[in-house]
Amino acid sequence: MKKSMLSDPFEKARENIGYGNMDDQGDPVTMLLRLKDVRKTAHNWKTFQSGATPGRIVVPSEVNIRDVRQIPFEVDPPEHTDYRKLVEPWFKRPLEKEYQAKLTQQINDIIDEVLQLDSVEVVEEFSLKLQSRALTLLLNVPYEEAKTWIDWGTHVFRSEGVALDGDKANILYDYIDEQIERADKAPSDDLYSVLLAAEVNGKKMTKEEVKGVMILTFAGGRDTVINAVTNSIAYFAEHPESLQRLKDEPEITGNAVEEFIRYFSPLTHMGRVVTEDTQVCEHAAKANSRVSLCWASANRDPKTFENPNDIVLDRKINPHVGFGFSHHNCLGATHARQILNILISTLANKVQSIDIVECQENVETLGEFKRKVGYDSIRVQFHPR
Amino acid sequence: MAKITFITQDNETTVLEANSGSVMELAVQNNIAGIDGDCGGVCSCATCHVYVDPQHTDKTGQASEIEQDMLELDDDANEFSRLCCQLEVSEALDGVVLRVAR
Ligand code: HEM
Ligand code: FES
Repeated sequence: MKKSMLSDPFEKARENIGYGNMDDQGDPVTMLLRLKDVRKTAHNWKTFQSGATPGRIVVPSEVNIRDVRQIPFEVDPPEHTDYRKLVEPWFKRPLEKEYQAKLTQQINDIIDEVLQLDSVEVVEEFSLKLQSRALTLLLNVPYEEAKTWIDWGTHVFRSEGVALDGDKANILYDYIDEQIERADKAPSDDLYSVLLAAEVNGKKMTKEEVKGVMILTFAGGRDTVINAVTNSIAYFAEHPESLQRLKDEPEITGNAVEEFIRYFSPLTHMGRVVTEDTQVCEHAAKANSRVSLCWASANRDPKTFENPNDIVLDRKINPHVGFGFSHHNCLGATHARQILNILISTLANKVQSIDIVECQENVETLGEFKRKVGYDSIRVQFHPR
Repeated sequence: MAKITFITQDNETTVLEANSGSVMELAVQNNIAGIDGDCGGVCSCATCHVYVDPQHTDKTGQASEIEQDMLELDDDANEFSRLCCQLEVSEALDGVVLRVAR
């Protein structure tokens, strides 16, 4: 088995019964595994809500470690629609030429940097740095802020073991509180200031709401981007012919990005709370229980994807749900897609080959399933063209 | 050469001509408001939703099952809905009028 492979632990359960079960701190989750069920459930916000107790739709649950409601993530329509309308234009900025030019410069620089080194631990020394620097563009804050976020390490929002670590989360929450106060005293053109000045439904955003948006922007875009970037590097290490193909056929880069998102599914699943007794996949779901939308399993559903376990760089029809589905679909997707697009083309142009020296896989345990989502660490050597 | 007309939500009409590529690409290149084409045309994002003029559905033909599955769960979709990244520009489309859904 190749080191860069991500297997599909859900295959049998998806085919046979369509769901899986996992316990999570005494609040069990029924995981929905088929693409059609995942989509239908994501769409049906009345019966499967996001706006439950803050932290409850996250698996592992964060109910015990936070009270702040993440916005727009833990809000349902119609309020959700108003928040989305407010923030969407901001999160589309990665489509602007100037934004892309800056991101290209950042990615060029970091690849030049690692090409100089003997070997590189990709998670800490490449992906985390790239993700943090790129986030300064999304928030429109000074580049130097990235240093603080990099110093937090990869574990600021998660910890080893099952239970999440409240102390680590506090580093982030305290930081965001500080930044909100700073922006309140001296507004600038960063995201904090824009949100503080914004109105939703004729009411000014409160600091608590701004905090809810900012926490999500940090947390939602961190491990996901880090895993996507790291997995891409591992894949290219074992597929130099793909690197060559992307150099020769740059027009398929966009398709490759979507295919990476499908295959890697950096976010495995996300929960919903059931509001009334119902059925999912012929299985009774009780009011106030939890289900999860398993994007990673849906993205391997052979009913829709031919050769689901292969990376087909130029896959033309690829209706994946790696960025979610329906109204809660990923707000950071424009940014994430730009990162991957520029990363792939820069690697294809500058890098001849990559060797994996050693690696430690990051495997999630989800009840009966074990899913590799990426790496805790992976040391590689980059060889220039 | 196919002539394709887009009418946006603000009732702005744009007539474009093209030979190849997808209708989504044509719209994005020409900054048609409401067509974002986030996924680059792989039928994953539904940000390229249009309504085909009822008189022109013979020009566009039927949506594939995969496309229909996407549209089925779009609250704004109706029987004339298409994801225009799945419409290939060709002579067959000549004269088609598309209303942008968003
Ligand atoms: C490859 C990287 C990423 C992947 C795979 C990913 C995946 C997802 C998924 C599957 C959802 C849907 C959650 C649900 O339905 O409950 C989501 C929502 C969200 N993501 Fe991402 N994400 C990525 C990067 C980012 C980035 C970079 C940001 C921002 C910095 C971000 C911010 C958000 C936000 C704010 C939401 C909630 C949207 C809403 O509820 O309306 N994500 N993401
Ligand atoms: S461009 Fe994404 S579905 Fe058409």
